[in-house]
Amino acid sequence: MEKFTQIRSTAIPLPIEDVDTDQIIPARFLKATTREGFGDNLFRDWRYTSDGQQKTDFVLNNPTYQGQILVAGKNFGCGSSREHAAWALYDYGFRVVVSSFFADIFRGNALNNGLLPVQVTPEALHAILQAIEQDPATDFVVDLENQTFTLPATGLEASFDIDPFRKICMINGYDDIDYLLSLKSEIEAFEHAQ
Amino acid sequence: MSKTLFDKIWDAHVIKVAEGGLDVLYIDRHFIHEVTSPQAFDGLKQRNLPVFRPLQTIATADHNVPTKDQHLPIQEKLSRDQVEKLRENCREFGLELYDLGHPYQGIVHVIGPELGITQPGMTIVCGDSHTSTHGAFGTIAFGIGTSQVEQVMATQCLLQRKPKCMRITVDGALQDGVLSKDIILYIISKLTAAGGTGYFVEYAGSAIRALSMEARMTICNMSIEMGARGGLIAPDATTFEYVRGRKFAPQGADFEAAVSKWEQLYTDVDAQFDLEYHFDASEIGPMLTYGTNPGMGIAVSEHVPDMALPGDSPVSFDKSLTYMGFKAGESLLGKTIHHVFIGSCTNSRIEDLRLVAEFIQGKQKAGHVQVMVVPGSQQVAQQAIAEGLDKIFSDAGFDFREPGCSACLGMNEDKIPAGAYCVSTSNRNFEGRQGPGARTILASPLTAAAVALAGKIVDVRVHFNQN
Repeated sequence: MEKFTQIRSTAIPLPIEDVDTDQIIPARFLKATTREGFGDNLFRDWRYTSDGQQKTDFVLNNPTYQGQILVAGKNFGCGSSREHAAWALYDYGFRVVVSSFFADIFRGNALNNGLLPVQVTPEALHAILQAIEQDPATDFVVDLENQTFTLPATGLEASFDIDPFRKICMINGYDDIDYLLSLKSEIEAFEHAQ
Repeated sequence: MSKTLFDKIWDAHVIKVAEGGLDVLYIDRHFIHEVTSPQAFDGLKQRNLPVFRPLQTIATADHNVPTKDQHLPIQEKLSRDQVEKLRENCREFGLELYDLGHPYQGIVHVIGPELGITQPGMTIVCGDSHTSTHGAFGTIAFGIGTSQVEQVMATQCLLQRKPKCMRITVDGALQDGVLSKDIILYIISKLTAAGGTGYFVEYAGSAIRALSMEARMTICNMSIEMGARGGLIAPDATTFEYVRGRKFAPQGADFEAAVSKWEQLYTDVDAQFDLEYHFDASEIGPMLTYGTNPGMGIAVSEHVPDMALPGDSPVSFDKSLTYMGFKAGESLLGKTIHHVFIGSCTNSRIEDLRLVAEFIQGKQKAGHVQVMVVPGSQQVAQQAIAEGLDKIFSDAGFDFREPGCSACLGMNEDKIPAGAYCVSTSNRNFEGRQGPGARTILASPLTAAAVALAGKIVDVRVHFNQN
């Protein structure tokens, strides 16, 4: 997993609630057996018509909005456990998703793949979306060490929570598996005691 | 100290508390399937690791298998490659695979219980959010991502922060024609699609106790649709009788010893929950969804709400109704329906098929409706055939197919056309879930059967009141 410390980027607004993982990556695109390439089909049915033409009214097809930060409505990532949703967002180029509420499994999958879920209050989410609307070229700074999401142009600052263990993993690029593998003898002892 | 059922099982599986306060949770059973496992196997190969406990790992092919001509090679190349990859990986890592053609093949959450692999008190995971199904047996069962599939294959453990615990109590008797599917759709409509996030749910109360194991599985299955990681029900005599004699269940004296342990799996009288809800079963009608998440549900006799709920976005509400082609405030009764899907890990068990068959026996589907009945497993299919249900389905014009996830998520050929309505016994009504542009209305198997006969949305209670 790649390390994450801080990024500065413009943001892409998606003010829709309950964005489910079937929208992020429809099931029919889950047939690959590697982790790469899912970005091409990110938000497939919102991005493209059935004959493969870009839908001009979808935000990812609007060149005004660019960046590594996606800002979405509450309950982002609900639905299926498919990690492909996190892979697709990452592969497309996102490193941060901001929402006022994340679904549990998606949050875990994102954190396991170097994609940072930033949960802010509904009021902060509203302010961030307004700031993007007023100036799509405005930069945001996401600082994982200090757990802050800031808008340097206006001084707007939102703090966010992250599990302390997950934070260390993200900053250092660690996977859970390295730690779990180190427990082999304790796991075997637990099994024997059953 | 008093404990909830959830606490008892969780605490018994914590190997240690890791730095940062996360629990190292031991996993008793791990189910895998073709879609969410290949990248996890690749991870093992890159690290040169074996599967740590192959006998606790059970594989099947279900998500993208065809439901016709399963004896022939899979036609669609990407699906064929993915199933072939699972075969290769299971051979290489020494795992049992219930492959196409195997008498135990089927939807992963149907085969675990019917083979007796799922037993009270266990921790169970799978790279599939509907793993919550197994909670019906008094297990902690939840869906995981592929990175975690790899972790469990490598170590039989996961690093988890213990979730909060919620109890939902449903007391009273259900109306005729109302099923457990209606109970869970009703609960989700009250709590919303995010109302359970951060929680594990224990379902309790006289209405839950009265349910069969199949019906309990339907309830636990959809826990994830309100955002809960999982749901569970304390095991009781109904549970033990279901497990007794199944292939991988303890047998003879071992079974009796197991039951005496399982009888300790209940929430202590004075245990505290982080959140509690109570519902009255008699107030629940046959449910339908009108929108694009499972929280957007109403009784068939109610109208689509006039506006988004307080705190919800009107933009999302309007987008959802536009997608569905419904108007705020209207009734869905009488809407013409062209597709009915009876299947999925929510409602494809033998009891579901029996209910539908009994209801439609001697009747014909409406001419314009296409009805797919997809059994959850080979064992369900064979049982249905042995009971003559397949004949009842074909006489009624229903298409009885071979087992798999099928039109629940449209990974195989079983898709609903763009713009068409499908009354479906599955679990998700997301945009495009059953095929690009498809419009899904979630319902119980009885409502689905009644719609198939009428060709339009009807209140199934009418049939019961007549008799």
